[in-house]
Amino acid sequence: MTGWTDKRPMSPHIWQWRWHITMLGSILHRVTGVGNYIGAFVVVGWLFAAASGPDLYNQFAGIAGSMPGQVVLFGFTVSVCYHLLNGIRHLVWDAGHGFTPKLASFTGALVILASILAAVAIWVLAGLVPGFDPLGLAGGAQ
Amino acid sequence: MSESLRTPLGKVRGLGSAKHGAGHFIAQRVSAIALLFLVPWFLFSLIAAVRGGYDGATDFIGNPVNAVLILLAVGAALYHMRIGMQVVVEDYIGKNGTRAVLLILNTFVAVVLFASAAFAVLKIAS
Repeated sequence: MTGWTDKRPMSPHIWQWRWHITMLGSILHRVTGVGNYIGAFVVVGWLFAAASGPDLYNQFAGIAGSMPGQVVLFGFTVSVCYHLLNGIRHLVWDAGHGFTPKLASFTGALVILASILAAVAIWVLAGLVPGFDPLGLAGGAQ
Repeated sequence: MSESLRTPLGKVRGLGSAKHGAGHFIAQRVSAIALLFLVPWFLFSLIAAVRGGYDGATDFIGNPVNAVLILLAVGAALYHMRIGMQVVVEDYIGKNGTRAVLLILNTFVAVVLFASAAFAVLKIAS
């Protein structure tokens, strides 16, 4: 740190803080934001494949339907669910509510749990989990 | 050394607020509110549409109402993620050159993805 001459106060380094749930929530918001950025390529790729005709579309659907493809898409679903639900938490904060440490920790844990449950519920109810189709939606084509 | 928190460079430049400081903050939240409605609709419709294979997908995208809503959803998402990624780059990339390159790349990504999505949706819907 020899070259550091800036006298302005600095925030302590991230690992100086005691680990807490609101910190995890904040980090996850950024991680899932970057994840959704990557996911946007997949969504636009899907639109583009559909515009390019059945051959390319079926190739795209084949990759998306493969085991690694399904794992990535499920991760993307969790990522979208988390970023959306935690985004609501951020909007409530922006309105000036929910800042007491107890409540912020509670909503933080709630959002993490709810996003995983929501993603699982979406996949199960939509019949995307092999061998599970509670609403009978899956039909023929994948 | 004075007690001022301004950097020497900041003092020389003598620039204050340009009154645009909250622009990105507000834009990020306005697009978030739009996405709060558009993303669940898109997720629900997309899962329903892919069931029908190629025909199901193009039927869904080709419907005029869906086409407009898809472009709104994709547009709002790309706008939102461009601002978000800009914050991430500004937070972690200290080197001026690298940062400028990544910020330009970030803008290009958003514009190229939107152009591709718009072309695809309009081609199918026309």
